[in-house]
Amino acid sequence: MEALATFEQLLAGGLLAGLVFALVAVGLTLVYGVMDVVNFAHGEFLMLAMYATLGLALIGIGPLLGLPLVAIALFLFGIVIYRLFIRRLLAGPPEATVFGTFGLLVLLQGVAQAFFTGDFRSVPDPPFQATIRFGGVALSQATLIEGFGALVLTGALFAFVEYTETGRAMRAVAEDRVAATLMGIDVQRVNLLAFGIGAACVGAAGALLMLSFPVFPTAGASFALTAFVVVALGGFGSIQGALVAALLVGLLEVFGGYYLAPELKMVPVYFAYLAIVLLRPQGLLGRR
Amino acid sequence: MHVRRFIASFAALAVAVTAGAAPLRAADPPEVVIGAVLPLTGSLSQTGSGLRASMQLAADLVNGHVSYPLPMVGKSGLPHLGHARIRLVFADSQGKPDQARAAAEQLITQDHAVALIGTYASSTTATASQAAERASIPFLNPDSSAPGLTARGLKWFFRTTPHDGTFAENFFQFLADLKKTKNISVKRVAVVGEDGLFGSGASDAEEAGVKKYGYDLATRVSYPATTTEVNAEVQRVKTAAPDVIMQASYVPDALLFMRGYKQQGVNVKAILAQDAGFIDPNFLKAIGGDAEGVFTREVFSLDIKHRNQAVPLIDQLFRQRSDGAKPLDGNTARDFMGVLVLADAIDRAGSTKPDAIRDALTKTDIPGKLTLMPWNRIHFDATGQNDGGVGIIEQLQDGKYETVWPFDVAVRPVIWPMPAWKH
Repeated sequence: MEALATFEQLLAGGLLAGLVFALVAVGLTLVYGVMDVVNFAHGEFLMLAMYATLGLALIGIGPLLGLPLVAIALFLFGIVIYRLFIRRLLAGPPEATVFGTFGLLVLLQGVAQAFFTGDFRSVPDPPFQATIRFGGVALSQATLIEGFGALVLTGALFAFVEYTETGRAMRAVAEDRVAATLMGIDVQRVNLLAFGIGAACVGAAGALLMLSFPVFPTAGASFALTAFVVVALGGFGSIQGALVAALLVGLLEVFGGYYLAPELKMVPVYFAYLAIVLLRPQGLLGRR
Repeated sequence: MHVRRFIASFAALAVAVTAGAAPLRAADPPEVVIGAVLPLTGSLSQTGSGLRASMQLAADLVNGHVSYPLPMVGKSGLPHLGHARIRLVFADSQGKPDQARAAAEQLITQDHAVALIGTYASSTTATASQAAERASIPFLNPDSSAPGLTARGLKWFFRTTPHDGTFAENFFQFLADLKKTKNISVKRVAVVGEDGLFGSGASDAEEAGVKKYGYDLATRVSYPATTTEVNAEVQRVKTAAPDVIMQASYVPDALLFMRGYKQQGVNVKAILAQDAGFIDPNFLKAIGGDAEGVFTREVFSLDIKHRNQAVPLIDQLFRQRSDGAKPLDGNTARDFMGVLVLADAIDRAGSTKPDAIRDALTKTDIPGKLTLMPWNRIHFDATGQNDGGVGIIEQLQDGKYETVWPFDVAVRPVIWPMPAWKH
């Protein structure tokens, strides 16, 4: 009986943890799908979004109200970074984007360290700290909101890519850049939009995460690492794949942590990742 | 023409300076040079500059004539050496082990330091003290807490601060004292810690204490510090049903755990934390009232004024000298005491010979009441470790950490058990 209650709690906790991972991963997978660029500075975009949310909270705009503002700010930041930086990297050899975005990671962490110091900061009086109970399962209200946000964000992004004109253009670019150009699609503009929207997604994620996490210069790194695994596992560029993979990672981490050992909780996650890379390199829902 | 005039005036100046200096030096009491290795630049430089200010304050008080209830202070230098004054020479470790060794060598060979003190970070203390060992110069470490430093079999190494093992030991002494005075009963202890050097070191020491003092280890949970969720960890603690949790965490993970314990209704009699995340101002702000009743270990508190009235006075003097008028804290208080301990040994040695100073150090016996610290005394065992070192235990009461143990420096009574979670 008690073992069953524990199992239920772990199941719910794992699914919710997975949704939080999806929240961070979805912007990353969009950028990869369209542009073939793995943005190594994705976690640092998240960190900046968290600081932006904190700044708004300090002038009285809470994380949920601030979310659209942070998303717009990150969209603009993404556009600027694309124009100044990514566009030039795309013109170079494929490795250029790897090293370039990694350099951006180091730069942004350094800038955050210089401006904000290494202190941990949370929004004042974090809202939604109540516990919600479903039978014997106890969950945090903040985490539930984050999970719900992940579902909305993933759904919206999926609908956008599948059913809008711009979304179709993005898929066309993803499938064949040259053919898309010949069909009259402005590839530069599609890239720019994809990068901006990817950044806006991570902006929304950052605002939600401030409900339960403090921000510090390397705050994004721990989330980004899991996000890379999620994106690879789900299939590079697949939005629904990222969601499925994130849930899987959340469950593996939580069940692994409980039934194996907490210090080994990432082992099943990376093992699943290795298995997928070997057996199905395109990922769970990715196309070859 | 200009050149000749310049040379002439320079020569005149040189004669004047040397002629003037010679009699001055004869009249002055001799000087004893102590070399201090500290992280004066690099990421630890803020801490380093505070430590430098506190060491310099200690040296100035030894050289001065105002008396406080502290050893060697106010005797106008070292009485047994003709009131020789102490001069501190600082060298920069940059917080890097190789640089710390170079700094120590420079202090020994170029500045002719008779003893060394430093260096804050355990990794730099390890290398700097090896340089002193090779040169057969006493090295006093007031502020590094890695237990291994005094397990190296060094002959010239002395450490005044208690190490991480002592702090874990203090938790068990605290529980024993509570058993005596309040008749509490604790059987099952859960040990929870992040899996880095800090957390695993603390957890190892706590687990050893659980066995040594006859408690049951309910569970040991070791988790990656960068984790973003602790569902499994909290469930493991809950399933183990401990009476007490001993925890070593940084800020983000301390927040995750405390919220998890609350959500899952993990009610224990006490959470005993190894400072770090649990004393961070941001942790306290973010967690609000939910950490009320948590205990943490500390090395120092201004509450020690109830035992030694010098504490607020030295705090005042230190604030005047520190950047941003920082109050005296555990690090600066320990480094301040370190200089006094060296001064005491050199004075008793009545000599600046390294052998004599080392001998005097081994015979150090300063009562706890004459220190700024909560310690029982300063006395070195065969490994060079101060065997009179104790930490203090504070409890979060009304949103502020208050000293509750050792009882003779406590300002508030212990609240036991800590309040149960309200939903």
